[in-house]
Amino acid sequence: MSTKQIIYLALIAVILVGLALFPFMTQDDSTFNLVILVFLYMTLASSWNILGGYTGQTNLGHAAFFGAGSLATRLLWVGGFPAVPSILAGGVIAVALALAIGIPAFKLKGVYFAIGTLALALILNITIGNVFPEMSYNPAISDYQIVPRYYLFLGLTVITIAAAYFLVNSRWGLGMMAVREGEEAAESLGISALRHKLLALAASAFFAGLAGSAFAYYHVSYYLNMPFGPEWTFDPMMMAYIGGTGTVIGPIIGSIFFVGLKQLLVWNVGEYHLIIFGVLFILIVLFLPGGLVEAWKKYQRWFTRWYQRRNTSPRNVIGTGHLP
Amino acid sequence: MFEGLSQNLVFGILVGSLYGLAAMGLSMIFGVTKLLNVAHGELIMFGGYACFWAFSLLDIDPFLTIPLAMLALFLIGAVLYSLIFSRTIKLPDESKVKNSLLVAFGLSVILQNLALRFWTADERGVTPAYYQTSFTALEVRFPLVRLASFAVALIFLIALRLFLKNTYTGKAIRATVQNWEAASLMGIDIHKVYLLSFSIGAALAGVAGTLVVTNYSIQPAMGLGWTMKALIVMVLGGLGSIPGTFIGGLILGVTESATSFFINSNYREVAGLILFVLVLIFRPQGLFGTKES
Repeated sequence: MSTKQIIYLALIAVILVGLALFPFMTQDDSTFNLVILVFLYMTLASSWNILGGYTGQTNLGHAAFFGAGSLATRLLWVGGFPAVPSILAGGVIAVALALAIGIPAFKLKGVYFAIGTLALALILNITIGNVFPEMSYNPAISDYQIVPRYYLFLGLTVITIAAAYFLVNSRWGLGMMAVREGEEAAESLGISALRHKLLALAASAFFAGLAGSAFAYYHVSYYLNMPFGPEWTFDPMMMAYIGGTGTVIGPIIGSIFFVGLKQLLVWNVGEYHLIIFGVLFILIVLFLPGGLVEAWKKYQRWFTRWYQRRNTSPRNVIGTGHLP
Repeated sequence: MFEGLSQNLVFGILVGSLYGLAAMGLSMIFGVTKLLNVAHGELIMFGGYACFWAFSLLDIDPFLTIPLAMLALFLIGAVLYSLIFSRTIKLPDESKVKNSLLVAFGLSVILQNLALRFWTADERGVTPAYYQTSFTALEVRFPLVRLASFAVALIFLIALRLFLKNTYTGKAIRATVQNWEAASLMGIDIHKVYLLSFSIGAALAGVAGTLVVTNYSIQPAMGLGWTMKALIVMVLGGLGSIPGTFIGGLILGVTESATSFFINSNYREVAGLILFVLVLIFRPQGLFGTKES
């Protein structure tokens, strides 16, 4: 293991310990809600990234999986089931939905896949709104505690990011990236595009579904079709792009950035964060397809070159007196 | 029963013409530039607000505000194209469609929040004095506003067709669609063609917006719904075919009204979306399109 890897691992351990000890440092509910929101977006953006970033299939129906998970969990849990099996059921239902729509949806290529999945999510959004028109209330509101929810979201986020990391560094992950770079080329090398896309979709849906389950366990009262709304697709997608699609760290940075910007601008000038976020998103799609991660790498490269130039330029070298 | 059905059918056709008009601009832009502008619903919304302003502040008849809305949206379209979309125009086709789709999503977020800022989240509508007027023929009611909207949609369909068939500029646009390389070798400035087509598409969205605000109402979150309608119609009618778009609109309108009649009006949008997904999967060239080689 190289020194660099050890430093990274130590850094991750410090962050994890800090986050695990976080509830002992604050009692403030609004801080908890804010951090939970960041976790929720991280899970959604990272899970979107598995299919959208690594496999190159722009999924505009991610909210369908988030919604399916939340719906299953909410109905089971409010209906009297224990919390943990209800939450796991949410993930399973989302995968079942993914596999059911995956085969027909992957008949569509490129942009048709994007608008097809968008249509599927809208169909579910309207239908669930019609079937369950009433607000869903938390039955046990009197003993509602935020700390277990915090740990649920923390655990889910860590598992999602770790799973994304190991998936994309596996043989399957390489296959997914090969499909993204060129479906026909990948097929000609014996990589089944459909199988890799289905796996990516199932993994993406599973974690989005679990995010929905956690959301259903966390949220006090909401309309059951609310998690199916298109903003649950578009916001995480923009976060993944702004951070950097096709990287593990990109969606994490994007989510922190989104919530941070939202907080900052809500405090100062009102509801402008979406305008600024939209502008930034357009700029990144047009000029910096790798997102902030790529910007950082470019800056590092530029800095290294500048540093090397400075140290090897003739004037400095003469000054050191080490000339042969 | 029968009267209710025929009334429903007539309403479906009248509404469908509006859907056709809403899709015409999108189809024009996609057909010529291969840019998928999913902020089209927001452009329609801006056309609606232009009409709303002219009607409520200057007291102009909503149908007379159409040139105004067209001009405003033509300029907005030109600005959007030169600032944003022109930067994706040189990409190869597939990534061009995808990038324009993403950029347009960002744009729709921006436009939606700008509208929220300017006009608040209230629903706005336009009600001229003749709003309640209607004619009855064969026991079917024809509201004047809907009939006038149908006429407007038909006029713009014919005008666009004549423009593309007979004028020099229209021929340049069609030449660019057929083969942009050959067109540019023949001395056509294809970037001007793209700019113009995008602006015309936006202007058509402006026309659709004035009709939407007179027939229904508008609010800042309406964009995605109308974008979907326009997309559905465009795919039904075959990509880039102007008359196909109009017929696609009628099909969507009749599908929706039939769903309201036989099932439940809450599911009319679902029916359109299901039709859309089915056509995408089984007949991606559209109901009237021909298969590309």
